Amino acid sequence: MNYKIMGKFISRLLMVEAVFMLPPLLIGLVDRDTRAVCGFGIGIAVAAVVSLLLLFLCRGAEKRFYAREGFACVGLSWIVMSLVGCLPFVISGDIPNFLNALFEIVSGFTTTGASILNDVEALSRAALFWRSFSHWIGGMGVLVFLLALSPNGERGSGFTMHLLRAESPGPNVGKLVPKMRTTARILYLIYLALTVINIVFLLFGGMSVFESVCTAFGTAGTGGFGLKNDSIAGYSPYIQNVCTVFMLLFGVNFSCYYMLLLKHVREVFRDEELRMYLAIVLGSIVLITLNLRGFYDTVGETLRHAAFQVASIITTTGYATTDFDLWPGFSKSILFVLMFMGACAGSTGGGLKVGRAMLLIKGLSRNMRRMLNPRRVEAVRMNGTPVGENVLANTDTYLIAYGLILIVSFLCVSLDGLSVTTNMSAVVSCFNNIGPGLELVGPTCNYSVYSGFSKIVLILDMLAGRLEIFPMLILASRSTWRHR
Amino acid sequence: MKIIIAGDGKVGLTLTEKLSAEGHDLTLIDSNQRVLDSSVERYDVMAVQGNCASMRVLEQADIKQADLLIAATNADEVNLLCCMTAHGLNSRLHTIARIRNPEYGRQIFTMRDVYQLSLMVNPEKQAAREIERLIKYPGFLQRDTFARSRVEIVELRVDEGSRLKDVALSNLGGVVNCKVLICVVCRGGEAFVPGGDFVLQAGDRVFATADSETLTILLKNLGVITKKAKRVIICGGGRIGYYLAEQLVKNDVTVQLIEREESRCKELAELLPNVYVIHGDASSQTLLDSEGVADCDALVAMTGMDEMNMIIALYGKKRGAGQVITKVGHTDNTGIYDSLGLGSLICPKELSANNIIRYVRALQNSEGAALTVHSIAEGQAEALEFVVDEKTLHMGEPLKKIRFRKGVLIACITHGSQTEIPSGDSTFGERDSVIVIAHGGTRLLQLNDIFE
Repeated sequence: MNYKIMGKFISRLLMVEAVFMLPPLLIGLVDRDTRAVCGFGIGIAVAAVVSLLLLFLCRGAEKRFYAREGFACVGLSWIVMSLVGCLPFVISGDIPNFLNALFEIVSGFTTTGASILNDVEALSRAALFWRSFSHWIGGMGVLVFLLALSPNGERGSGFTMHLLRAESPGPNVGKLVPKMRTTARILYLIYLALTVINIVFLLFGGMSVFESVCTAFGTAGTGGFGLKNDSIAGYSPYIQNVCTVFMLLFGVNFSCYYMLLLKHVREVFRDEELRMYLAIVLGSIVLITLNLRGFYDTVGETLRHAAFQVASIITTTGYATTDFDLWPGFSKSILFVLMFMGACAGSTGGGLKVGRAMLLIKGLSRNMRRMLNPRRVEAVRMNGTPVGENVLANTDTYLIAYGLILIVSFLCVSLDGLSVTTNMSAVVSCFNNIGPGLELVGPTCNYSVYSGFSKIVLILDMLAGRLEIFPMLILASRSTWRHR
Repeated sequence: MKIIIAGDGKVGLTLTEKLSAEGHDLTLIDSNQRVLDSSVERYDVMAVQGNCASMRVLEQADIKQADLLIAATNADEVNLLCCMTAHGLNSRLHTIARIRNPEYGRQIFTMRDVYQLSLMVNPEKQAAREIERLIKYPGFLQRDTFARSRVEIVELRVDEGSRLKDVALSNLGGVVNCKVLICVVCRGGEAFVPGGDFVLQAGDRVFATADSETLTILLKNLGVITKKAKRVIICGGGRIGYYLAEQLVKNDVTVQLIEREESRCKELAELLPNVYVIHGDASSQTLLDSEGVADCDALVAMTGMDEMNMIIALYGKKRGAGQVITKVGHTDNTGIYDSLGLGSLICPKELSANNIIRYVRALQNSEGAALTVHSIAEGQAEALEFVVDEKTLHMGEPLKKIRFRKGVLIACITHGSQTEIPSGDSTFGERDSVIVIAHGGTRLLQLNDIFE
C-alpha cells in the first residue's frame, strides 16, 4: 500500500473542499451572520491546515498507484471529506451534535437528502447553502472534479481510471474521449450547463435567486435537501413540474447528453437503458394515478403528484410535494420498489441502476435457457454489443453484496425497536441515497428518531451506496492493508 | 494530437506508454480484449476491440477526427490494409505502418508512395543497423549522434581496471586529458545527474557528451583499443540476425551465424551465401568455444529468449570476446541487466518506438519541437536537441543567471561550427543548437520548457 501517494491525494481533495466552503462563507459575510462566518472560517482553516500537513508529510511519494490504492483512496477521501465538511455545522451551532452534523453532511455528499433536523427553516442561510451545495459536489463526484482540474501534461495519470470507475455509478464505466481529464471536464460542463438551465427555469417560476440555486443543486445532484420543512410542497405547480422534469433529466446517463451534443440523436434514443428508464417512469406514473383516483381533487393534480413522486424516488432525489406515506398500499409499494431500481448508470442518481437491473435479468434468462439446453452458448447483449462474462459476474457479485449489506444494516437498525416498515425503508432509502422512507422516516418526518449507533450504520450505508459498495467494503477488508 | 494505435503488442505498448506520457489523446485498437483491458488499466487511453482494418472499428475509434494512425499489429498485410482503409476515411490522416517481412524490404519505397504512408518502420532492420553501428565503432556501449551538431552522446561502462574508476568528476579533465561532460550516471539500475564531487565506481554506466573528435581522443586516453571488427559471431538466426549478417558481410566482416533450427539454417544458407551458417544450440558452451568465441571481435546474442541471450552474453564476456551485444525484449528488468554487466543492450521495440515518437514530435510542432530525441539509460533520461529560435527566452544571458527546472541539464551548446561544453558563463543565441538532458520524469516538448 502506497500511503504517501494516498496522503497526497487526500491533501489535494481537502484543498478543493476548502475552496468549496468559500461560497457559504461569503453568504455568511453578506448576511452578517457571525456564527456562520466563524463556522465556515474555521472549517476552511482546518481543511487547509490538514491539507498542508499531509502535503508536507507525504512529500517524495512514489508514483506507484494500483487498483488497491485507487479503491482505498476513494473510500478514505469520502470519509475525510465528510469529517471536515461537518465542522461548519458543529462550530456555527446550527447542528451542535457532531454525529448529527456528520449524518447531515454525509447525507449531503452522498446525495441522499435524509435529514435529522426537525426544523430546517431554523438554519442559517449559509448552512442551508452548504447543505444543498454538498449535493451538487457529491452528485458528479468530487474526485471526478479533481480529475477535471488536474493540470495539463501531468504524468502518471494511469491511476485515474480506478478513481473514475469507483466514483461513477454504473456496471460498465467507459470514457467519452481518450483522455480521462477531458472526459471529466465534459461531464462537469454538461452538469454545470444543465444546472444553470434548471436555475433559470426556477427563476421564471418566481423563486428567489437563493432558493432557486439551492433547489437546483438538490435536483442536479439528485440529493433532495429542501429549504422548507415541507420540501417542495409549498411551491407553485409550475415549480413542481420543473423539478419533475429536471430530476428525470439528471437521472439520464450523461454520456447520452454528450452523444446528443455530437448529434448522434438516433443512438441516444436507441439506448436500451434509456428506453427502459422512461418506460418504467411512465408505467409507474400511470399505475399510481389510477390507484390514486379520488385521492386528490382533480386528475391533473393527481398526475402532478404521481409524476413528481415517481421522478423523485426513481432518480433517488427525495424531494416531496405530498406525504406519500398516506397513499394507498399499492402506490406506496410501487415507490418502494422504485427505491431499489434507481436511475440510469452514469447519472448522478443512486440505487441499483436500471442498466444493472437489466443485465441481471438478461443474465438470469440466459442462464434459465442454458438449463434447458446445457450446450447452448449465448452472449448477453446490451445495445446490440455482447457484454463480457466478467461484467456479468461483477454484476452478480454486486447484487450479493448489495443484499447482504441491506440485511445486516436492517438487523443493526432494528435494535432501536421501531417498526419493521420504518427500519426497512430507512435502510433502503439511505443505502440507495434517496432520503425519505415510509412511516416514521416518511417525507414529513426525519431520521432524528434513531439512536447514535443506528445513525452510524446509516452513515456507512449512505457512503457504501454512493460509492457502489466496493470502495467501502475494501476499506474494511484486512487484505487491503496487509503488505504484499 | 489524436492518435490511433492499431495493435497493442510490444511496440504498441511501448508507444502507448511514451505517447500518453506526452499528453496525446490515444485510442487503441486490438482484437484481444484482455490486452486492451490491461492497457486501459495502466494508461490514460481509450480502447476499441476489433479488427483494425475494418471500417466499422476504425469509425468507432473516431478515425475522422484523428491526426495519426500507427499500425503495429503482427501482420504486415493487416497493417497496410489498415492504413489504406483509414486513409480512405480521412484523407488528411498521417499513417505509420510497421512492415517487417524481409520480402517486402526491396519494394519499401514504392509501397510508401503507392499507399501514401507517412512512415514505415521495421524494428528488426533498425535493430540490425544499430548493432552494426556498435560493431563498427567498438569501445562504447551505445553511441547516438545529434542532427544539427557534430556532438554525440555515448555510453561507457566503468570496469574494475578502468582509468575512470574512483575518479571524482571535478578531476575528470586531468585524467582523460580532454573536455567531456558526464551528464548521466547509471548506478544499480537508477539514473541520475552527478555533481562535481561525485566519484565514479566500478560497475557504473556513464553517459558522456562531446564532439566526435574528442570522443576518439577519449577512447585513446582511456586505453580502449579501437580496431575494426573482423569476425563476428551471431547467435540466433531470426530476422535481426538475417539483416545484420547481410550488412556485415557487405562490409567484409566474417560472420558465423548459429541457429538451432535446421530448416531455418538451410533457408539462411540460401539467402546469405557468404555467411557461415552453423546448425546448433547457441547456449551450448562447447559449440561457442569451438566456433572461437574467445578471440572473436564481437558476439551478438539475439535468440528469441532474453534469458538465453543473457547467459550467452555472460559466457562470451567470461571467455573474453572483444565486444558483447545482447538483444532484450523487455526493458522492465533494467536493474538486473545492469548488475550483470551484459555489455551493450539492444531493444528492438524501444528503437522503433523512439523512431515513431521522433516523427510524432516533428509532426506535432515543426517549430520549437526537439530535432532529435535519444532515450538513455533505458528511458530513465532523455537527451534532446533543440534549435534556439526567436521565441526562446533568456537568449544571451549567462547560464548561471538563468533558473532552470529541476531535472534539466544543458549538456552542450553549438554555435555555428563551434561546439562548447557549457560553463556558468556560457550563453546561447539564435540559431544555436542546444542539447538538453532531462531526467526524473521531466518531459520537455519545447526549449522554453527547460526554464523555471
